[in-house]
Amino acid sequence: MIITKPRDWARIIQNLESIGARSVFLMGCGQCATVAHTGGEKELVETAGRLTAAGYEVTGWTVGEVTCHLNGTKLDARKHRDEIDGADAVLVLACGAGVQTTADAIAKPVFPGLESLFLGTVVRNGVFEERCQTCGDCVLDMTAGICPVTTCPKGLLNGPCGGMWNGMCEVLTDRECTHVRIQRRLTEQGRGLGGTLAPKDFSTALKPGGVNIRDRVTHRRAGDREGAR
Amino acid sequence: MSRLKELFDTGEFVVTGEVAPPRGTDLSGMHASVDLLAPYCHALNVTDNQGASLHLSSLAASRAILDRGIEPIFQQTCRDRNRLALQSDLLAAWSLGLENVLVVTGDDPRAGDHPHAKGVFDLDSTQLATIARGMNQGHDMMGRDLKGATDFYIGAAMFPEAEPWDVQLARIEQKIEAGVRFFQTQAIFDMDKLQRAVDAVRPLGAKVIAGVLVIRSPRVVKFVNEHLAGLMVPDHIAERISAADDPAEEAIALATEQVRDIRSIADGVHVMPLGLDAAVGKILTG
Ligand code: SF4
Ligand code: SF4
Repeated sequence: MIITKPRDWARIIQNLESIGARSVFLMGCGQCATVAHTGGEKELVETAGRLTAAGYEVTGWTVGEVTCHLNGTKLDARKHRDEIDGADAVLVLACGAGVQTTADAIAKPVFPGLESLFLGTVVRNGVFEERCQTCGDCVLDMTAGICPVTTCPKGLLNGPCGGMWNGMCEVLTDRECTHVRIQRRLTEQGRGLGGTLAPKDFSTALKPGGVNIRDRVTHRRAGDREGAR
Repeated sequence: MSRLKELFDTGEFVVTGEVAPPRGTDLSGMHASVDLLAPYCHALNVTDNQGASLHLSSLAASRAILDRGIEPIFQQTCRDRNRLALQSDLLAAWSLGLENVLVVTGDDPRAGDHPHAKGVFDLDSTQLATIARGMNQGHDMMGRDLKGATDFYIGAAMFPEAEPWDVQLARIEQKIEAGVRFFQTQAIFDMDKLQRAVDAVRPLGAKVIAGVLVIRSPRVVKFVNEHLAGLMVPDHIAERISAADDPAEEAIALATEQVRDIRSIADGVHVMPLGLDAAVGKILTG
């Protein structure tokens, strides 16, 4: 899921002031932002209270079902048309994708209420770790299901680097070196110590990504021209 | 042909030193250091933005050292350049007469004087060695022919004291397979571990230059432990330095003993004087 954190409150207020907004509609998200405790019902109520205390009128709020879903968000917006019409601005407590669908669905100034951080693993409730950067050229088959691109701070495919000490990482000294973990798991599974991985194809990670399975067009990212046929 | 390689081939015990290019354009300090080291060293390793901190480029400094009459080992890290820039610099290095290249990963930018820099790490050191070998064979990493090949003597770093050893050993074998022919080790404190590494590497046809660090004061011990990645000064050595009446003299004595031990284990020694350049002669001849 997409991990978010609350955006600096002073910046949110600055954004609202920049257009002279006095009234605000709040949009949350029932998916990732709810699980991340940043854009669910509870956080929307809290934010509404904070805005009211700061002298803003909150015309209404809703937790979008899947806010990054454009048509779903359009539908949510329609359901709350009057509250949205009465607001000078919309503040979105969802990831950047959700802010953008909301901005497409609503013809009013829309502002981000969260910072979008990474594609995260929920290690346990409230604890999130980044383990995949959606690189489009997965090497987990070779690395015993541990991603070096993301979890090695240097993103090295072959390691460890010279900073590893007693199995621990040079950069994040309280964490085990990714490459020691990979080699240990490969060995435990009787898969040998793994070969040298070739330089990565970074063209698969070029922005912006796009997939259209309806038209059987499987182009993923700008660099992936062949698949676009 | 690389003189370093020739020396190894004739069975000579090779001595290398290290110089850091300046942060600025005044090369006089570096040259003073080169002149001190040159009488005792076969080649000098020229660091590449050492410690992830800004210095004049290793490429230019290596050439300056060559012009001063001593063979440089051009160091290339993967931290600051992508694959285009690294290959382009390899071609440049060869055209400038630099015949030895030491490929290393590089410290993370967070450890240096530009902590907000993007660490590139487009390639890792094993991949870079593979590419350098390809250039020796006349092609770039995409397999396209070069107009004029290189003939580098390719080196890499090795860490005999960093456990787990089986992981280190796998890395060493990977690097040799990638075309690495000599290793420069991290500073060695435990000669048994150096022996273990040499025993593993020799049968695979690569040479080992063992690192010796001159730890001239308790402050330097602290610096090494806190700031040099992948290195820890063992307690008994830290105590020996801090208990000495003259820590600098003690450090020189210690380094001299280490060099003597290394002569019977490895193929060469790499002295890192950490400011005590003037003592290198004594350390190597003592
Ligand atoms: S290799 Fe790429 S796709 Fe696979 S887990 Fe890592 S970042 Fe994600
Ligand atoms: S110690 Fe391991 S995980 Fe940490 S930067 Fe080096 S290779 Fe990556």
